[in-house]
Amino acid sequence: MNFLTRLRRFPFWAWFWFILGALYFILPLYATFSFSLSWDPADPFKAYERSFGDSRFWNSFLYSNMLALATILASIILVVPTAYWIRLRLPQARRIVEFLTLMPFVVPAIILVFGMIRIYSTPFTIPFTDIVLMQPLTNFRAGTNILIVAGYMVLSMPYMYRSVDTGMRTVDIRTLTEAAQSLGANWFTIITRVILPNIRSALLSGALLTFAIVVGEVVLASFLGVSAFGPYLFLLGQHRAYEPAALSFVSFLLTWLAMGLIQLVSGGQGQAAGAH
Amino acid sequence: MAQVSNSSGPMQATSWKVWLGVVPFFLFAVLFLLSPSFRLLTASFSAPDGSFTFDNIRQLFTEPLIVNSYRLSIQISAVTALGGGIFGFLLAYSVTVGGLPKPLRSILVTFSGVASNFAGVPLAFAFVATLGRQGFMTAILKDVFNVDMYEAGFNLYSFAGLSLVYMYFQFPLMVLIMAPALDGLKKEWREAAENLGANTTQYWLRIAMPVLLPSILGAMILLFGNAFGAYATAYALTGGRLGLVTIQIGAQIRGDVLYNPGLGYAMAVGMVIIMAVSLGGYSWLQSKTERWLK
Repeated sequence: MNFLTRLRRFPFWAWFWFILGALYFILPLYATFSFSLSWDPADPFKAYERSFGDSRFWNSFLYSNMLALATILASIILVVPTAYWIRLRLPQARRIVEFLTLMPFVVPAIILVFGMIRIYSTPFTIPFTDIVLMQPLTNFRAGTNILIVAGYMVLSMPYMYRSVDTGMRTVDIRTLTEAAQSLGANWFTIITRVILPNIRSALLSGALLTFAIVVGEVVLASFLGVSAFGPYLFLLGQHRAYEPAALSFVSFLLTWLAMGLIQLVSGGQGQAAGAH
Repeated sequence: MAQVSNSSGPMQATSWKVWLGVVPFFLFAVLFLLSPSFRLLTASFSAPDGSFTFDNIRQLFTEPLIVNSYRLSIQISAVTALGGGIFGFLLAYSVTVGGLPKPLRSILVTFSGVASNFAGVPLAFAFVATLGRQGFMTAILKDVFNVDMYEAGFNLYSFAGLSLVYMYFQFPLMVLIMAPALDGLKKEWREAAENLGANTTQYWLRIAMPVLLPSILGAMILLFGNAFGAYATAYALTGGRLGLVTIQIGAQIRGDVLYNPGLGYAMAVGMVIIMAVSLGGYSWLQSKTERWLK
């Protein structure tokens, strides 16, 4: 009798769906990992040694990390003062700014890069004349870097803005600002020494999400023609078998690391889309 | 510099100077978000000689290549939104009200956060290693169960294969949206229903589902948009053989494959409109559920 009631209470279907989901998660990762080890039975980590021994991997990977870092810094410089100002003085701008930060969900990366190329591959001229103010951004390296970082800022904007704005909701920025002002602090000091330290966990989770989006991003990078990690992995997959599997597994671990750290700092759940 | 303590006064709010604080943000948005989108819009209305025309928009609905690519994109987005939505809901159900041990929930949510971000090239490669011709699962099915998937007509580089790959980032997104919504189901509702003599089926059909339905539909619409905008995964897997809208647009950027630049811009605009409608639908349905699930 006791056994029967326990059997009836046993959540069979819940376990069934959970195990099915777990298999869906794990099988592709396990398959990738075991395939990456199968190149040479005598030396299971050959694919990893070859991948990490290739200077083009390090160049593209470091370049992608630099892009991620630049995107994170520029986003913080742009988003934090804006979110702060809207909370403090300009609540009537909230709706329009939130709308703009959500627009990247409507304008996918492929469309964004299409429009960017269309605009910034022609030189800037003074209207109605042929006097060239600036060469097309896509024509020189620094210009392309500006363009791609700006594009990544757009793609990560929904996560960065929401993360920062939520962080500011939990601290009383008005009181903090008044206290700092009565001690004689200027706006720069208030933002860098009072507001930023108070929202550091929100900043960190926004930054990690941005990192997860940017490292491995392939659409903007390949259409703007930069040699980032995403296009490198794609090209490697065209003519190699084992190294791409090894690097795919590594980039999964990186995503896992970023998400795990977000869990750790915020206790919340990180979610990004757009790199698809 | 104005004092903050004045800011609550009605005079302060009307001053145009406070708007200066958000100028950098708007400047950025205009330069890198609005003007690229707007330029595509205007370009979609211009003929090759630069004059104004509706031809490009009209051809979106008549040119077979374009109609087919929209149909294919809509089909794959709908299939994976429905499949991912149902599977994701069942998973979210199993860890919230389904009676599984508590720690499994945080494991599933963390994994969902990772998987919904794990897309593009590495995801495509992972599925080649799993379900490709020499894939891990393909081999197991052949050796252990004596089932040859490729003999049976399965192909990873086809519609069905790509759908399975998309599911990998679709259902985790559903889990992330639905787990908090399922938490919003109050115990009291179930107790009240049971006190009035309702059984489990009646409770789910008559109480839980009506409350959750807008949220489920909204999340599925979001999944639809999520798949519709995807490019890298499909391109890395099929190399452009599956003519989704995003793949066609990518080919058009690389070189004018439609032999009419305006048509490429019109395709992009059509895509933005579909994405906007789906996001709008999501937020409208989301606002409907908030009344109950707060």
